[in-house]
Amino acid sequence: MTTDFLVVDELSKSFGGVKALDRVGFSVAQGEVLGIIGLNGSGKTTLVNVITGFIRPDSGHVWLRGKEITGLAPEKIAGLGIARTFQTVRPFHHLPAFKNLIVPLYSSRIRSAAGGGRWGDRDAVALDLLEEVGFERDSSVPYKPAAALPHGYLRRLELARCLALRPEVIITDELFSGLSSSEVSSLMPLMEKLRERGITLVMVEHRLRELFRLARRVIVMEQGRKIAEGPPQAIVADNAVRETYLGAEL
Amino acid sequence: MAKRRERIDRPIRVLTEDIYALESLSRMIYVAAPSVFPVLFLLLLPLFTPSLYMQRVLILTAVYALLALSWDFIAVATGLVSLGQALFFGVGAYLAAILNLHFGLPPMVTLLVSTFAGAAIATALVAPCLPLRGVYFAMTTLVYPLLLARTIEATAVLGGTDGLVGIASFPNVWVERYLVLAFVLGATFALRRLLRTDFGLVMRSISDNDQAVRASAINITVYKLVAIYLASALGCFAGAYFTHLYMFVGLSAFSLDLSILPIACAVVGGMGTLVGPVIGAFVLVPLAEMVRDLGTLRVVFYSLLLVALVLFKPEGLMSFLERKYRQIERWVQV
Repeated sequence: MTTDFLVVDELSKSFGGVKALDRVGFSVAQGEVLGIIGLNGSGKTTLVNVITGFIRPDSGHVWLRGKEITGLAPEKIAGLGIARTFQTVRPFHHLPAFKNLIVPLYSSRIRSAAGGGRWGDRDAVALDLLEEVGFERDSSVPYKPAAALPHGYLRRLELARCLALRPEVIITDELFSGLSSSEVSSLMPLMEKLRERGITLVMVEHRLRELFRLARRVIVMEQGRKIAEGPPQAIVADNAVRETYLGAEL
Repeated sequence: MAKRRERIDRPIRVLTEDIYALESLSRMIYVAAPSVFPVLFLLLLPLFTPSLYMQRVLILTAVYALLALSWDFIAVATGLVSLGQALFFGVGAYLAAILNLHFGLPPMVTLLVSTFAGAAIATALVAPCLPLRGVYFAMTTLVYPLLLARTIEATAVLGGTDGLVGIASFPNVWVERYLVLAFVLGATFALRRLLRTDFGLVMRSISDNDQAVRASAINITVYKLVAIYLASALGCFAGAYFTHLYMFVGLSAFSLDLSILPIACAVVGGMGTLVGPVIGAFVLVPLAEMVRDLGTLRVVFYSLLLVALVLFKPEGLMSFLERKYRQIERWVQV
């Protein structure tokens, strides 16, 4: 395991006068699960957007495998193997659920890869992926238009869209939000499976109980700054964190 | 006793879903009808429109059908609203004139070159605007035809306000009549087919949610460029064709009508269906000619019709026809 697989260095981003990110830095080892927590507006989603190229940082760097990826276009970064989910689900509404996955499967990253799937079998690959994230294969669910699916399935579809890219890193932005406890617990085996498979996970999360089961290390953000970092037990014990964030919840 | 209107699937639908469609002639006709009848109708139409005036109306209709198809394709494939179909038309029209007058190329060659090279020029002009969205993209495309027209007017290049005359016409009237109709049919079927491929599926996804497409490692600019290129090729062909038809090209090739009327056709026919806008053109353009006697009031009549359609039938003719094809309506007692 290399500790400098994904390195975020002194990232800053301001919107107008508001510092959404203030010299945030951390590194993730390959295969690690890193949790990022913080109150609403603490800059978590901005951090995800900057790492994945959707927002250009004012200063700072992002490195993947020692190669700088700061400021690259989102499609380039996704093509390098960093997949992401969106805080609000973004399915292709008109398309049947499995056809949603044709989009990442059609990317040059996958088409140029071995067994990328040509004309016919791309659909089969898509159905396999949906089964993997928990769509019942022999039901009509994978064939329903995404617009008709319940929220739980759409979250799974977001994950499947990431998996279709055969990613090395998946950054999830509040994957569990809007899900019932039972839906979250049904997603947990899948997340654990991804971890077992060696996919590096960066999870921005509000659901601490589940996050702490997955992540070995957690970063706490407040007003754009990183205020604490450590294993879940240490985070829970940390006084500063308790005051600003956990106090209300635990 | 209250009555209620109910819609049910046509019984023949379930009979034609499978290989059983081949069991009887009527079933085969039902399956083939949506594609065969419009094709036959279009191909036979020139034979039953004897007068020159009617022929010209038919050709004008086909030209607007191409522009409407072009507009709709941009909307479906990129999610962008273009107000500049006249740009494509004008570029194609002037290019054909230049190629014919200065290089002496025959009409069929200029048509080919204007379609592909013209589309490249138009795409290059629109390309910088592609990152724009919504009303901003619409505004910039609206400005382009004006910009080119005023440039020609002010600098008096390319014949200035007089236009260019003495351009070669088509070898004979049958080429003239069928060329544009064949192109309308070919383009409609080809684009519909394209949208059903995986490439086309990615295009449709861009109009649904471009950020999610980018997160899927796909460069949306490439897809938008392809869509604009194909759409402008349709417009350029229409323009080049018109130049040779009238043996003249002038500033009217950048006229606002060419940008606005296709949108009206698409609205009437049904946006996002590709076939709808073509049908819309075949309804609206002849209708506009029929009420030509009304003079200026024509526009009033026309505008009212459009507003009424947008308000009460925003889904357009196409969805109406599709429903009639699939379902029957009947009154049942509640």
